[in-house]
Amino acid sequence: MRDVAIVSYAQSRSVRRELGANEVEMVMPVVREAVERSGIPKKQIGFTVSGSCDYLAGQPFSFVSALDAIGAWPPISESHVEMDGAWALYEAWVKLQMGEVDSALVYSFGKSSMGDLPEVLTLQLDPYYLAPLWPDAISLAALQARAFLERTGRSERDLAAVAARSRRDAKASPRAQLAGDFDVERLLADPYLVAPLRKHDCPPISDGAAALVLAAGDLARKVARRPAWIRGLDHRVEPHQLGSRDLTTSVSTAEAGRRAGVGKGAVDLAELHAPFTHQELILRDALGFGDGVVVNPSGGALAGNPMMVAGLARFGEAAERVMRGDAGRAVAHATSGPCLQQNMVGVLEGE
Amino acid sequence: MSEAKPVRAISTPIRLEYSYTAGRASTRFLRGMAQGRILGQRCPECGKVYVPPRGSCATCGVPTEEEVEVTGKGTVTTFCIVRIPSENLSIPPPFTCAHILLDGADLPFFALIQECPFDQVRMGMRVEAVWVPKEELGPTFECIKHFRPIDEPDAAYETYKEHL
Repeated sequence: MRDVAIVSYAQSRSVRRELGANEVEMVMPVVREAVERSGIPKKQIGFTVSGSCDYLAGQPFSFVSALDAIGAWPPISESHVEMDGAWALYEAWVKLQMGEVDSALVYSFGKSSMGDLPEVLTLQLDPYYLAPLWPDAISLAALQARAFLERTGRSERDLAAVAARSRRDAKASPRAQLAGDFDVERLLADPYLVAPLRKHDCPPISDGAAALVLAAGDLARKVARRPAWIRGLDHRVEPHQLGSRDLTTSVSTAEAGRRAGVGKGAVDLAELHAPFTHQELILRDALGFGDGVVVNPSGGALAGNPMMVAGLARFGEAAERVMRGDAGRAVAHATSGPCLQQNMVGVLEGE
Repeated sequence: MSEAKPVRAISTPIRLEYSYTAGRASTRFLRGMAQGRILGQRCPECGKVYVPPRGSCATCGVPTEEEVEVTGKGTVTTFCIVRIPSENLSIPPPFTCAHILLDGADLPFFALIQECPFDQVRMGMRVEAVWVPKEELGPTFECIKHFRPIDEPDAAYETYKEHL
């Protein structure tokens, strides 16, 4: 396998409603920052790929207009996935593995604030039996949470503890939308949003953008003091139909983690894309993490959840910590679809 | 049961509402419209002027910040006569739809041509914007009702061939 590393990362602060900038204006600063930090001149980057979803803006081909942020002239080699930017990263990684290019720019953006996000997300369900009932994303997550608590015997207090820890850690992140000290008992005194989930169990609705640069082998060593090498990367998908899955575990995460080589060494920290508190516990179980693994030091998606960005952000946040030397070996995870339907796991290491 | 007819189709109505945010560049442009002005932006790298502006130069991939005001005069780069009726049209066909390159701008946009017989519309024709009455101005591109010919010699092909 070819050595490929993340050499730079940039992300905007997550905000509830970005009223100033359109999507292009949101993407431009993060792309510029990531490219500048990579030390690779923009014109020399071999491949560009983005992840976004037109349903968020309610505008067909909004990902094409977003290219105005890139400067695609003379024509560049470019692609797009209608998924979280983590899957754009995967496509770029495959391209690098094939030896076609030595560097790639990956970016993603999401302005969730323009529509009613829980309803927009309903449209990812099967259009015959489920979507016509309009179960919103929070209600589906609540079904999963209920099943998880019943099966494992864990409590709503355990969920509140995840929220409190995430938002406490997020105090150190300039990108966080929700940060602060929250008392678990106080959180538990709040009413249910959709039982057994309370507001703190759910992610904020966020607008934001992120970008990173990948480089292979010697180029990565040349431009970065300590590149975050991608030692393993895999993604797996489970059935679309929620009724045909065990929602209380994540077999796709476990399988992706095994193939990415998570268990081949000690894990210092993990950035897990868990928009809902109970999902972090499901993912920890799936990846076999004990208490020694620091999870979501950035605050995770509970502190800021720009759709289509939050998964790529897990790779970026984990990579930054490896590049800084805060971690020797880190795991990054991204999810897509309702109730953790599809999952990607990557292992990042310093030299 | 065996006599029941098979279900051949189902109807699942979907309706989503969005609040569109224009962004910084479009906001400037739309505010300009409300004042009867046409505002564009110049790329700091290639010098091209975008009307309406989107906040970036799509060619260079850099933010465009310098504001440039242009007049309502321009040149028809290409056109077509629309004869097909369709829903939501504000005027009945036939009508002339044209690409218009405003003087000082580097990006043509679509607009209606009126006050001109169909057989006289031509590439290179000089036109000017016809605005709605002052009291009807607002933050919308519809402040410009249409374009009409002006008494000026046609623009030379070389002056707009890059924009076809």
